[in-house]
Amino acid sequence: MGMTLAEKILARAAGRETVAPDQIVVARVDLAMSHENADLVRKSFLEIGVARVWDPSKIVIIFDHRIPAESEKTATTHKAVREFVAAQGIQNFYDVGRGGICHQVLPENGHVRPGMVLVGTDSHTTTHGAFGAFATGIGATEMAGVWTEGALWFKVPSTLRIEVGGEFRPWISAKDLILRVIGMLGAAGADYQAVEFDGPAIRSMTVASRMVLANLSMEMGAKVAFTPVDETLLDYLRPRTTEKLEMIGPDPDARYQRVIHLSAGEDLWEPQIACPHAVDNVKPLSELGDVPVDQAVLGSCTNGRLEDLEIAARILAGRTVHPHTRLIVIPASQQIYRSALRLGYLDALVAAGAMVNAPGCGPCVGVHQGILAAGETCVSSTNRNFLGRMGSKDSRVYLASPAVVAASAVAGKLAHPETIVKEVPCLTEV
Amino acid sequence: MTGRARVFGGDVNTDYIITSRRKRESLDPQVLRRYLFEELDADFAASVEPGDLIVAGKNFGCGSAMEVAVTAVVGAGIPGVLAPSFSRTYYRNAVNNGLLPVVCDTSGIHEGDRLTVLRGEGLAVRNETTGETIAAAALPRIMWEIVAAGGLVPYFRRHGDFQV
Repeated sequence: MGMTLAEKILARAAGRETVAPDQIVVARVDLAMSHENADLVRKSFLEIGVARVWDPSKIVIIFDHRIPAESEKTATTHKAVREFVAAQGIQNFYDVGRGGICHQVLPENGHVRPGMVLVGTDSHTTTHGAFGAFATGIGATEMAGVWTEGALWFKVPSTLRIEVGGEFRPWISAKDLILRVIGMLGAAGADYQAVEFDGPAIRSMTVASRMVLANLSMEMGAKVAFTPVDETLLDYLRPRTTEKLEMIGPDPDARYQRVIHLSAGEDLWEPQIACPHAVDNVKPLSELGDVPVDQAVLGSCTNGRLEDLEIAARILAGRTVHPHTRLIVIPASQQIYRSALRLGYLDALVAAGAMVNAPGCGPCVGVHQGILAAGETCVSSTNRNFLGRMGSKDSRVYLASPAVVAASAVAGKLAHPETIVKEVPCLTEV
Repeated sequence: MTGRARVFGGDVNTDYIITSRRKRESLDPQVLRRYLFEELDADFAASVEPGDLIVAGKNFGCGSAMEVAVTAVVGAGIPGVLAPSFSRTYYRNAVNNGLLPVVCDTSGIHEGDRLTVLRGEGLAVRNETTGETIAAAALPRIMWEIVAAGGLVPYFRRHGDFQV
């Protein structure tokens, strides 16, 4: 019997011919990623009492949640991790100013490849399914187990397949598609499942856009989420790694728990917005009426990539951020920062009145760089809008595409980009 | 395992279990337990007693993978959580920190009911208050052993590696 991509990768990593949903297997781990919470992992690892990590070349540590350190407590944490990294000989360490958001830095530097089992102490580790990796978030304690053993127990997930045909309408992006799907299926719609996205509309997407789908699938409970391994992906990976790249995919006769068919053109007429205070509280923009915004945020592991900065720059070029609104822009990585500088996107955004913060998670986790006051409303390209997520529990966060964030920053309220710019800018991937 | 039911609704996310704001102060479970579920019930933390069992609706622990959402619960002396479904990260973190996740129908359980968790071939929950017994999903052996050891760290200290 055929296997889905999740089953295939897990079977191989567990040294078995086949695996089936709900089976528990112990699988070897190819890559173990942590951010600042490496400090928690370090403490559990020391408690286990093993002297050395299983394989320092398979551990990657990237600071992103609180960079540069916003408090003495964080500075102390950073210092402890730096010392641990040096003592253990972990080469793949991205300190302040060297990397950016972990989910951008990993693929950008060729650490992720199709067919890998990748675990990260961050829930949005699902992002790496866009590179054909079985990639999922785990807790700090179990990461200490991975650092010790290089293996972890997994429950084999059943797979939900989402096939998307047709072509996207103007101004509609991957963010709108995944918000629509989360709205349809709910916050637990794919709980403990693998998701496979495929179909012509998916295969025509850039790698950056595919990452949005895999990233946000976590918000419907997915354990892993894949987009196809195809030439577009291999073209992205080839310049970044010398390792062999494998064209891996599900078997044609794989068994799916459910298959959903969508049309990018027919099922997505307008921008989708996740309204306060749940990611599955999704409504089409036109149903929301007048929603003034105090702050607009463009960034995060979901939507802080070059194409996101580009569309915002094209919408904001020659315009200004509304006087009652502040726009915070955060490139997802140092590499994206440099590209956006070189291409003039940041200049256009700053000229319009945006404040550009250094690459990192920024205010998405509500610890620094743009916290909301009681009564304030934010439109954000990030991934969560839970009560109090970005500051006061009396603030509100609306999640939207980068184009809607940029248009709303100009209008001072939630706005469709077509009301700001008459012609859709022609985008080119760099 | 016997305890008093403390009932919450569905889709309780990790920020509602322990808000991210409090993580700025400390990650110590004994500090964080003072703020447990504060966004949903400001009086909860003061009223919790060791042995209390969390009873919730579907998708308990959705949102972030942050482990403090489990360790703060364990820190308050709560040995188990009952829900018809869990987010997978919470489920894993619970097992790996010795908090028993019990997957069962919780719709008939009310605040303050006296519950006993039973283990035979599978798991079951007896509601001593109503006399009803609710079947629960079995926990695979390796996961039961990790919970019984008190979590993954003590499990590894005892066994050295995974015993499959």
